[in-house]
Amino acid sequence: MTDAVIKCDSVYKIFGANAKKMLQEANGNVDAKTFQKMGCIVGVNNASFEVAKGEMLVVMGLSGSGKSTLLRCISRLTDATDGKIYIEGQDLLSLNNKELIELRRNKMGMVFQSFALLPHKTVLENIAFPLQIKGMETEDSIKKAVDMVKLVGLEGRENYFPRELSGGQQQRVGIARSLAVEPDIWFLDEPFSALDPLIRKEMQDEFLRLQEKLQKTIMFITHDFDEALKLADRIAIMKDGVIEQLDTPAKIVLNPATEYVKKFTEEVPREKVLKIEDVMEKPNNENLGDLKVSKDEIIENVAEKILTQEKSVTVTGEKNKIVGTVQPSKIIHTVFGGRRNNS
Amino acid sequence: MELLKKYPKLFQWLFLLIVFFALCFSIDVPETYKFIRGQAEFIKDPNQSTYTLFGTEVRYYAFDVLWRLPPLLGWLPIWVNDTLFFLLNEWMPMEFWNEATREYKTRPLVLQITRNITAFMTFLIEFIREILLGGVETVVAFTSWDFVSTYRWAKLPGLPWTIVAAGAAILSYKLSGKGLAIFAGLVMIYISVFGQWKPSMQTLSFILVAAPLSFAFGLSLGIWAYKSKRVEKALYPILLTMQTMPQYAVLVPAMVLFGIGDHAAVIITMVVAIPPMILLTLLGLRAVPPEVIEAGKMSGCNNFQLMTKVLVPTARRDILIGVNQVIMVCFSMAVIAAFIGAKGLGWNLLLALNQLNIGLALEAGLCISLIAILLDKMSLAWANKQEDYFGNLTFFQRYKNSLFFAGALLIGIILSYAGSFYFKEGYNYFFEVPHNKGISTADFWNKGVDWIFDTFFVYIKAFNTWLIVEVLQPMRALYLRMPAVATLVLVVGAGYIIGGIRSALVVGGLALFIALSPWWDRALVTTYMATFGVIISCTIGLTVGTLCQQNKYTTKFMLAVCDIFQTFPSFVYLIPVMMLFGVTDTSVLIAVIVYATIPATRYTIEGLRSVPAGLHDAASMSGVTKFQRLINIEFPIAFPHMMLGVNQTIVFALFMVIIGAFIGTEDLGQYILKALSDKAGGGKGLILGICVAFIALIFDNLIRTWVQKRKKHLGID
Ligand SMILES: Nc1ncnc2c1ncn2[C@@H]1O[C@H](COP(=O)(O)OP(=O)(O)OP(=O)(O)O)[C@@H](O)[C@H]1O
Ligand SMILES: [Mg+2]
Repeated sequence: MTDAVIKCDSVYKIFGANAKKMLQEANGNVDAKTFQKMGCIVGVNNASFEVAKGEMLVVMGLSGSGKSTLLRCISRLTDATDGKIYIEGQDLLSLNNKELIELRRNKMGMVFQSFALLPHKTVLENIAFPLQIKGMETEDSIKKAVDMVKLVGLEGRENYFPRELSGGQQQRVGIARSLAVEPDIWFLDEPFSALDPLIRKEMQDEFLRLQEKLQKTIMFITHDFDEALKLADRIAIMKDGVIEQLDTPAKIVLNPATEYVKKFTEEVPREKVLKIEDVMEKPNNENLGDLKVSKDEIIENVAEKILTQEKSVTVTGEKNKIVGTVQPSKIIHTVFGGRRNNS
Repeated sequence: MELLKKYPKLFQWLFLLIVFFALCFSIDVPETYKFIRGQAEFIKDPNQSTYTLFGTEVRYYAFDVLWRLPPLLGWLPIWVNDTLFFLLNEWMPMEFWNEATREYKTRPLVLQITRNITAFMTFLIEFIREILLGGVETVVAFTSWDFVSTYRWAKLPGLPWTIVAAGAAILSYKLSGKGLAIFAGLVMIYISVFGQWKPSMQTLSFILVAAPLSFAFGLSLGIWAYKSKRVEKALYPILLTMQTMPQYAVLVPAMVLFGIGDHAAVIITMVVAIPPMILLTLLGLRAVPPEVIEAGKMSGCNNFQLMTKVLVPTARRDILIGVNQVIMVCFSMAVIAAFIGAKGLGWNLLLALNQLNIGLALEAGLCISLIAILLDKMSLAWANKQEDYFGNLTFFQRYKNSLFFAGALLIGIILSYAGSFYFKEGYNYFFEVPHNKGISTADFWNKGVDWIFDTFFVYIKAFNTWLIVEVLQPMRALYLRMPAVATLVLVVGAGYIIGGIRSALVVGGLALFIALSPWWDRALVTTYMATFGVIISCTIGLTVGTLCQQNKYTTKFMLAVCDIFQTFPSFVYLIPVMMLFGVTDTSVLIAVIVYATIPATRYTIEGLRSVPAGLHDAASMSGVTKFQRLINIEFPIAFPHMMLGVNQTIVFALFMVIIGAFIGTEDLGQYILKALSDKAGGGKGLILGICVAFIALIFDNLIRTWVQKRKKHLGID
């Protein structure tokens, strides 16, 4: 793919005194356990993937699996121990300090897991900060910041200090700050985990709306599978620094590549992931009813309609062409049959 | 056996104490031993032993080695002195261009450097002084005396006090608001009306040079140490020693290098004020969360922006404490530096104390304290200042402070001009109230002191005698009765039990240095005075702190009181005690107690306050009474922090004991004071200071190691 905005090529990040040497000796076969015995912690282990323009890649994994570290490598907040990273075709690791700063000022935005707001600046000043660093006039930057405050719904708190805000409010400031420079590439490290469910849903919707409009290239870390499903174009699942599987949500749920991914996705409600096309059969006219559904519908949204039918349902593709059929029993099977320990 | 396993530490301590006392009782006091006589000095006395090292002859009274170690380091002060002298007068002679005489002159490098620094400092001080008080030296510095005598207008008249007062009030208003503005105005008016204007402005000019310079140097060195591990490693031991070194002790070597006068005072002040600034800067920068730094980087900061816009402001809290310390040190040095000829309030204070004119001393002390508080509050307000982006300000609103100041300038000039007609003969009170023409309450205070003396003399005397005879003398005798070896064993043993081999070595080394210096006896006296002060201070501080902490308002009140007391220059504490107890050891000890109680109280409150609220609730739910909760939960958790307070208390107490030499004690401080008037006292002063610093460092090391272990044990930090 030539239009990959982010491209990683066997990236390693290993913490420890003589990480480089150990990595060379291991010859690419890094095992977290043996490394740990030698006093090294494996953060990222042989990550290779691409993110296309306008795509949203969601990274998931247990705590300590190296998600944040991966993001840090790609934004070069830490230098990867080994491997190549390309941003829009440019070799990230070969950039000098000045070019890196330029890149960050104009192309990248990041939302931090622990907010990382500047404690001595007000909401407004925090949001205007990257703009002022770029060299924008104070007045203009503040104007822009006021717009951003509106966008994240913090009107009336412009002059509060971070310590006077709740966690969720602080995170919204963080989001606004990272968006102020209108970056092309946007890194978000668990941006919504501090928000209450209502606001979170609101922010997710807002986020999707924004993304539709702005078409940024996004890497998004979350612990919440529902959130991942709602937002992701593709999902990467990490364990001990290794990317176990990177695929579309449906494929991950239907064909888990490893035992770990399978366990990880077990509890996921399939009807929320799978589309009609994932469960339909070849078109045949046996026992066909009147109802027609699009193949792109998520099962959850149409399940009720289909289950009230006695007969099979027609699945349509583009331009209303018939591409297959679905039997209600198949829907029941998908929704309830796939889970093992269902009480 | 069971017990031994359960409390291994307890038995280690017991064992140590048994050994210590066994040593104490088995080593007798030598017949010839008499306190005060163990010094290495150049008095010929047939009883003295001598040794020669590096060509210096050191004389001392020899005792049994177990009783007092011979002063094997006695050559050190002499050697330091010789080295200083050599550096200053002989090392690296070079040719320097002299502007005044228009010819090359040969001078040793170090001398030239110190002279240049001296000239620079003098210029800065004169410059500010002349803005405030008038004068011509600054103009002369840029032109010549001829220029000034030709053009009469070049003689700066200085600002009338009305303008300075208005300026201070307006600046305070701009920084903080009405409250501070009123305070600033009142302080200035007080100073003027009481006839302290000139010395106050002299002190102020000294501080306006010393404080910003110390701040700038401290901050940059702190940043440098933050960026480079190597610099930090090199600086750290020096900083620790400097922080515990009594301010007196720095005076002596600095006097040798820079002579006497305001400039030397500024340099010494900087030497004393920079270390805490560096340490606090470093501490603050280290505590900046890594994600904030990353956020700064992701915003595209270059290194400079990262430092100035992210790191330093985020570390602001600690840096501000540093500023506060700098100001504190500057004011307390403003008094102490009067010993080497700094002009201003400190000089007056010292003079008044010397003449036992308590009233005058009180006025000068009050002035100095008020200015200190004012500057402290102003610097705080400046750092906390916020901008308002939404104000759609009119021209007037935007520039109202400048306009007001311009108005004040105009009115002030007109007033003082008018004053020159109105107060025909004598003094123009609108321009400056001269020193002896202001209102003075000195008589009142002096009468008060006399009255107190007349009325309560019997009681005070009785108390004094009782304290000295029943408590202090025996305590002192006990301290002096310790054989050197026993003391060393005790120190090393404590180090080992608390912190293992490493601590034992460090602490033992420090103690050994003192033991091998010629001043072991003096050090014991210093320690005894400090110990007495620390015990009482800690008791008071703990009680008061705990009581105040029970209530939100009293907590706040007490912390504010601590803040204000801390801003008082240390010398000021001697005034009221001399007022009550005259020139005795009791006075010094009471000053020590008052001064050292501040950190004890503060840290107790802070420690108790840092106990997580969740624990309170959990304890309350399980039905313990308030008292039980205090004893069983809050104290154990707050204890490590409180121990840090004890640490500070020790340092404060030592400082005050040394300053107390002014009243006349017979400890290390007295020798430092003597070294001041000794031509070859540089080395002595320095080594004496190091001895005091080492006493503090021994306790510092033990307490800190213990606190760290304890904190780890409790899982905080
Ligand atoms: N600076 C560092 N030095 C040493 N080890 C580190 C460092 N930063 C991270 N690690 C280690 O790398 C591993 C991955 O950490 P990372 O922060 O990427 O986890 P994460 O997936 O983001 O977890 P979470 O979901 O809790 O945020 C962890 O085991 C962590 O201990
Ligand atoms: Mg993380």
